[in-house]
Amino acid sequence: MKITNRRRKMVLWMVLTVLLLIGVTVAGWLVGEKAAVTDFSRKNLAPCLAYPFGTDFMGRDMFLRTLAGISSSIRLGLITAAVSAVIAFFMGMASAVLGRTADALISGLIDLIMGIPHILLLILISYACGKGFWGVTVGISLTHWTSLARLIRGEVLQLKESNYIKIASRLGHGKLKAAAVHMTPHLLPQLITGLVLMFPHAILHEASITFLGFGLPPEEPAVGIILSESMKYLVMGKWWLALFPGLFLAAAVLLFHFLGQGIALLLDPENAHR
Amino acid sequence: MDSAKWVGMQILRMAVLLAAVTVTVFALLSLSPVDPLTTNVGQTALGSMSAEQVKKLQEYWGVGVPPTVRFLGWAKDLLRGDLGISLLYRRPVIEVIGERFFNSVWLMAAAWILSGLIGFFLGVLAGRKRGGTADKLVTGYCLITASTPAFWIAMVLLMVFAVWLKWLPIGLAVPIGMSSADVSLSDRIAHMILPALALSMTGISNIALHTREKLAAVMESDYVLFARARGETERSVLIRHGLRNIALPALTLQFASVSEIFGGSVLVEQVFSYPGLGQAAVTAGLGSDVPLLMGITVITAAVVFGGNTAANILYGLIDPRMRKGRKKR
Amino acid sequence: MNGHLLEVKGLSISFIQYDRGLHQVSLPVIRDLGVTVDRGEMVAVIGSSGSGKSLLAHAVMGILPYNASAEGEILYKGEPLTEERQKALRGKEIVLVPQSVSYLDPLMKVGEQVKNGRKGPSWREKCRRILGSYGLGPETEALYPFQLSGGMTRRVLISAAVMEEPELVIADEPTPGLHLDAAKRVLGHFREMTEKGAGVLLITHDLELALQTADRVVVLYAGTAVEETDSRAFDREDTLYHPYTRALYRAMPEHGFRSEPGSQPYVKELPAGCPYRPRCTMALPECSCEVPLRKTDRGFVRCIHREAEV
Repeated sequence: MKITNRRRKMVLWMVLTVLLLIGVTVAGWLVGEKAAVTDFSRKNLAPCLAYPFGTDFMGRDMFLRTLAGISSSIRLGLITAAVSAVIAFFMGMASAVLGRTADALISGLIDLIMGIPHILLLILISYACGKGFWGVTVGISLTHWTSLARLIRGEVLQLKESNYIKIASRLGHGKLKAAAVHMTPHLLPQLITGLVLMFPHAILHEASITFLGFGLPPEEPAVGIILSESMKYLVMGKWWLALFPGLFLAAAVLLFHFLGQGIALLLDPENAHR
Repeated sequence: MDSAKWVGMQILRMAVLLAAVTVTVFALLSLSPVDPLTTNVGQTALGSMSAEQVKKLQEYWGVGVPPTVRFLGWAKDLLRGDLGISLLYRRPVIEVIGERFFNSVWLMAAAWILSGLIGFFLGVLAGRKRGGTADKLVTGYCLITASTPAFWIAMVLLMVFAVWLKWLPIGLAVPIGMSSADVSLSDRIAHMILPALALSMTGISNIALHTREKLAAVMESDYVLFARARGETERSVLIRHGLRNIALPALTLQFASVSEIFGGSVLVEQVFSYPGLGQAAVTAGLGSDVPLLMGITVITAAVVFGGNTAANILYGLIDPRMRKGRKKR
Repeated sequence: MNGHLLEVKGLSISFIQYDRGLHQVSLPVIRDLGVTVDRGEMVAVIGSSGSGKSLLAHAVMGILPYNASAEGEILYKGEPLTEERQKALRGKEIVLVPQSVSYLDPLMKVGEQVKNGRKGPSWREKCRRILGSYGLGPETEALYPFQLSGGMTRRVLISAAVMEEPELVIADEPTPGLHLDAAKRVLGHFREMTEKGAGVLLITHDLELALQTADRVVVLYAGTAVEETDSRAFDREDTLYHPYTRALYRAMPEHGFRSEPGSQPYVKELPAGCPYRPRCTMALPECSCEVPLRKTDRGFVRCIHREAEV
C-alpha cells in the first residue's frame, strides 16, 4: 500500500502561506503613503481595470487602502497575540507552581474575563485607555490569553510530576526558576501553537473594535475604518467599498487559521498518526 | 457534600464574580483619560461657554469627583434599583436598558436557538466520521465563517437582501416615522430577520466545531469500539452512545454561547442601526455615558454568569459521575 | 463443520505513524502470526504489555483503527472471515472481552450495557441470572461504570460476553490490576466457557497465569511469534525450544527468577531476522536472515537451532 505523506505536502503549503502573508504585510506597509492619496477627479468609481477594487468618496484607490489596511491588521494582530501569549505563559506557569491561592486568584481572573462578553470588555478597556491605537492594542493583549493560560497550566501540572523537575526543586532551585528553566522547552510547542491560533481572533477583534469606533483612529488605513466608512454608502449601492476589503480580510484570517491548524497538527503529539 | 450545599456554593461563587466584575468595570471606566465634555459638547462649543456653564456641565458629567465617591453613589443607585441616570438619554439607566433589552432579547433568543440547533446538528454530522465528506464540508463552512468578521457578514446580507433585492428593510427595529403603537408584529419580524441571520451564521461555527470535537472523541473511544465489537450498528452507536455522551457538554456549550451571542449582537446591531442593548453599549462608550455603560456591562455579565452557573448546576445534578462523586467526598 | 474454530495464518498488523515531524513510518506491531483455536480449547497469546497485541483481537473482530492495516488470512469454521461475516458474527458468535472499564459507556448503567439494548422480561431475567452467577447482585445493574471495582468490571465485561452464548471468545488482557486470587477466578470463568464448548483466545502478558489455565500458548517476542507449544512444556526447560521461551522459563519465580539482561526492542528499531538475536547467547550470523517456522513435537518454533537439536 502506498502511503502519501500528507505532512510534507502540508508543510509546503504552510511555507507558501507564510510567504504570501509576509508579502501582503510588507507590500501594505510600503504602500501606506500612496493608499492615503486623495484625488477628487476619480471619486466613487466602480471597480475597473485601473482600480480593481474601485475608489471611495475621496478618490482613494480601494485596492491600495485594502492592502494597507490588511497589513496594519496583521501587524497589530502579531503584536497583540505575542503579548497575549507571554501573559498566558506566565499566568499559566504561576497558576501551576505558586500554590493554591495564586491558582484560585488566576482562575478567578480568567472567569471574570470570560464572564464579560468579549466585545464589551474590549470596549471597556479601550475606553479606559482613551481609545485609539493603545486602546485596541492593550484591549486585545489583555483579553486573549485566558484559554492558552489554562492549557499551559495543565501542561505544567503534568510536567511537575515528572522526575527531573522534582530533582531540580530538591536541589534547591526556586519554584518559578526551576519551572521556567526546565519546563520552557517542553511548553514551547504548546506556546507556539497557541500563539498562531490566537492570530485570527486578534485580527478579527481589532477590525471589529475599530469598526465600532473604539480602535484605530480614522486617519489610519485599517479595515475596520474602511468598512465603517462604507456603511454610509452601502444604501447608495456602492457595494465595492465593503465587499473587497472584507473579503480580503477574511481570506487573510483564513490563511492564519490554516497555518495554526497545520502547526497544531505537526507539534501536538496526540496527532502523531494523522 | 450534599447537592443543596453544592448548589449554594455555585451561586455564591457567581455572586462573588459578579461583585468583582462591578469593581473591575468601574475601575476601568475611572481610568479613562477621555474627557466627556469634549466628546459630547465639542471643543468649539466649550470655548464659547462661560466658566459657570462649563462648571455646570462638568458637574453633570461627574468630572473631578473622586472615583470612590462616584462608586458609592453608583452603588446607592444600584440598591435603589434604577442603576443611576443615563447621561445621554437623561432617563434612569434601568429604563433605557429595559427598552433596549426588549428589542434585543428576541433577536438574541432567535439567534441563540437557531445557532444552537443548527450548530449541534452540523457538529453531529461532522463528528460522526472524522475526515469524511460531511466533516470536510462542515469544518470548511465553520472555518470560513470563523474567519469572517461578524459585522461584515451583516453588511453583505444587508447589501444583498435589503439594498439589491429589496426583500427586507435596511435597518432599525421598526419602519421609520411610525409610532411604536402602530407597528405590527410582521413589521418587527421583517426588521429582525437579517440581524438574526447574521448573528446565527457566526454563532453556528463555534457550536458545530465543539460538538464535532466532542463527538469525534466519543466515536474514537474504547467504549464505542466495544459497542461495535458487540455488533451494534453505526446508527445505534451514534444514538445510544454518541448522543448520550455529548448531550451534557453540548448543553454547557449552549449556555456558554450566550456571551458570544451578545458580543456578536453589539456588532450586528451597529450595522443594522437596530436599537438594541449592543448598540446602546457602543453609544454609551463613544459618548462617555458611564452609568449606562456600567449598567449594561453588569446586567449582561449577570446574564452570562447566570447562564454558566445554571449549566454548571445542571451538569452537576445530571451527570452521575459528578453527582455520586460528590456524595463520596 | 470442518477445520479449526479459528485459524489465523500469516497475520501481520502495522500502524502508520509520524516520527520526528515529517517522517512517516509504518510500525509492524505483529508479524507473521499463526494461531489456531479449537472448540473447547483455550489458547493464550503471550506478549509484553504495551506491544500492541490487542490489535490481534481487533483484527479478528474487524474493528481495527483506520491507521492500522492487516495482512494475512483469518478463517472462522474453515471459511475466510470476511468483513461481512465479521459484521454478522461479532457480538453474537464471536465476542470480545476487553481489558478495562474504559470499554464501558461511562453514562450508561451496567444492566443496560450487559443487555446491550435488548428489552423485555426474559432478557432482564437472563441478565440478572448471569450477573448472579459471577457473584454480582441485582444492585449492580443500577451502577455506573465508575462505581465498579476492578474485579467487578471484569465480571461485568464477562457477563456481557456470556449473554450472547458465544462460540469464540477473545479475551484481551482480562487480568491486569487484579489480585492474584481475583485474576485466577476471572480466568476460571473463561475455563468454564471452554467446558461449555466455546473456544477461547486469551491475549495476555501474564505467562504464569496463562500457563495455569490455557491449553496451549503462543509466545510473542517484539511482535513475532517465536514459539507455540502446550502449557505442560513449561514444566521442564528442555521441552522448550526457543532461547527466549527458555529465558522466560528461567525468569519464573519457581525456576529461580533469573532474568536476562537487555529488553525487548521497540518495533521501530527491530533488528533484521530473528528479533531476539541481539540478546541471544546462541546467536549465529545466519540469525540476521529471515528465520522460517519449524515444526516441533508440540507446535512450532522460529529458531535456526531447532534442526540441530531434534
